Amino acid sequence: MPRLTLQPVLSKKLSWVVYFAWQGVVTATAVGLLLGEAQGLEWGETPVWVDPFALLGLLLLAVNFMPPIARMKGPIYVTLWYFMAMFVWTFLTYAMGNFVPEYFVTGTAAGAVGGLFIHDLVGLFVTPLGWGMMYYFVPILLKKPIWSHGLSLVGFWGLAFFYPLQGIHHFLYTPIPMFLQYGAIVSTIAVELVVTTVIINFFGTIWGSGHVVKTNLPIRWFYTGMIFYFLTCLQCAFQVTLTFQKIIHFTDWVVGHAHMVMFGVFTMWIMGAMTYLLPRLLNRPWYSLKALEWHYWLSTIGIAVMSADLFLLGLFQGWSWAALEPWDASVDISFPFWVLRTIAGLSMFGGLLTFIWNIFKTWTSVPQQSAVVEPTSAA
Amino acid sequence: MFESKAGILYIAGIGFFALAFVSNALVPALMYDDIPEQTVAELVNSNLRYQFEDLARRYPESFVNAYGDAPGGAAEHDQWWDEKCAEALRYGHKLYVGEGCWHCHSQFIRPVSNEEERWGPVSRSWEYQNELNRPVMFGTRRVGPDLCREGGRRSNDWHAVHFYRPLDLSEGSPMPEYPWFFDGSPDKPNARGLAIMTYVQWLGSWQESYPHYEDYVPSMERPDEDGDAEENEE
Repeated sequence: MPRLTLQPVLSKKLSWVVYFAWQGVVTATAVGLLLGEAQGLEWGETPVWVDPFALLGLLLLAVNFMPPIARMKGPIYVTLWYFMAMFVWTFLTYAMGNFVPEYFVTGTAAGAVGGLFIHDLVGLFVTPLGWGMMYYFVPILLKKPIWSHGLSLVGFWGLAFFYPLQGIHHFLYTPIPMFLQYGAIVSTIAVELVVTTVIINFFGTIWGSGHVVKTNLPIRWFYTGMIFYFLTCLQCAFQVTLTFQKIIHFTDWVVGHAHMVMFGVFTMWIMGAMTYLLPRLLNRPWYSLKALEWHYWLSTIGIAVMSADLFLLGLFQGWSWAALEPWDASVDISFPFWVLRTIAGLSMFGGLLTFIWNIFKTWTSVPQQSAVVEPTSAA
Repeated sequence: MFESKAGILYIAGIGFFALAFVSNALVPALMYDDIPEQTVAELVNSNLRYQFEDLARRYPESFVNAYGDAPGGAAEHDQWWDEKCAEALRYGHKLYVGEGCWHCHSQFIRPVSNEEERWGPVSRSWEYQNELNRPVMFGTRRVGPDLCREGGRRSNDWHAVHFYRPLDLSEGSPMPEYPWFFDGSPDKPNARGLAIMTYVQWLGSWQESYPHYEDYVPSMERPDEDGDAEENEE
């Protein structure tokens, strides 16, 4: 924020307050879950007595970060469009999702709100944060501007309009009225077209300097994430249809989809940003470039294997159920896939452990006075 | 407008969010507004009462520990059972959510994929219009089977043993064991055990076709355990 607006945040003290309050919220949630106090809401199991504090935290976050934008003059950059809208959306989404289906409506209508909640958390909180980061880091690292400003506009406004309309696609074939289900399906397919324009924009940006993915690790993380993003969204345009839902709903296909987007896209982007930022923050080069490579490959191969494994398993489970095989059959066929999934998960986990080890070693190494060394490939 | 602070804040940030909320949340809420929401006390029906009293007969000691003795006098007696049943149902729901049962068990029957054959009538909105569906228990994943027609299909004894150690009854089941629902053995369910069984027996107890059996054959005509059910599949 301060870099893009050239204005300080409202208060640095408040930043620390929010940081520690957030740790408190996470701890309280963990304790609450262990005590069996969970709220029966997908993605919102935070106990009801923690929710108001979490919401207050989101409000303070917005209060801290919005003033720099308000104070700045002149046009605001794409990243700021996403972040600005995200602060508003996240607050509203959290309030809606946690309070409406608990205190205001019940049953089917609560289901519709629940679908909107889980969907908006991805689309209006995580996604704008992620793309905002990409619009910031990619031009800096590639040392050239985003390919098309017009497409940036299409991407932002397309997301803002179509994304929130899709919540109900998480509950197709429920008693939620069919016309609402159709609406969600159509707007889902619409947003995938918007996503394609964003992907074109970013590949247009890297066009001509594709070779940097070999040497520039952050860029490689970012663009791998984008490929997974495109795959996820392409998949989404199909799986959202009633034809696919018949078979894949309730199966591990959906679990694979969720992992591919959360790990394969957003985790990768954060890892790329950390790989880029940490040496700059600590003012010393990475301890081991080889370990960075291991981190990347263990993560990438892990998530690719896990997703493919779960998609395939999802189809088998769905067909087994539709064929009215005994229930146990669907569990029996799952075991080999679950074993492979565990191995893939351990690979991803191993990548993260390597990264943590590398951070620790870098942190404890001797700081360098010279300029930061780019995290390039060891090869 | 498309790049101005006000445009992004008011149109994208608030306007589009509000549009989605109205069309995707308010519309269904208003559509079901005329179906009255049942309280837990109203959810106690004769099918559930039967199962609840069955728990008292099977596990008298556990039951008295958890709920005390029924008072004398016909009217008081009846009211007492209803109240305790509602109490168990409410607590059972809390456990169902707290233990994360809904992570692996859904509660809705879809009109596709032969689900009617397997589980029973397709789910309708009025079934969810009650206090125990705040938030709704549709569920998200089926590692285990759907449960919304589960009530009455299996005996309380079956459930007790199954909660205690699922592998004893379903071979290869990945369901966790719940020893904290019991005082050491499956014939001694504690207040938690009695409550969760009450909740599970409630599911679908409001249906006309309760209890719903797939391929139901009276026990006299049932083929041997190992002979499978070829005769039933037409």
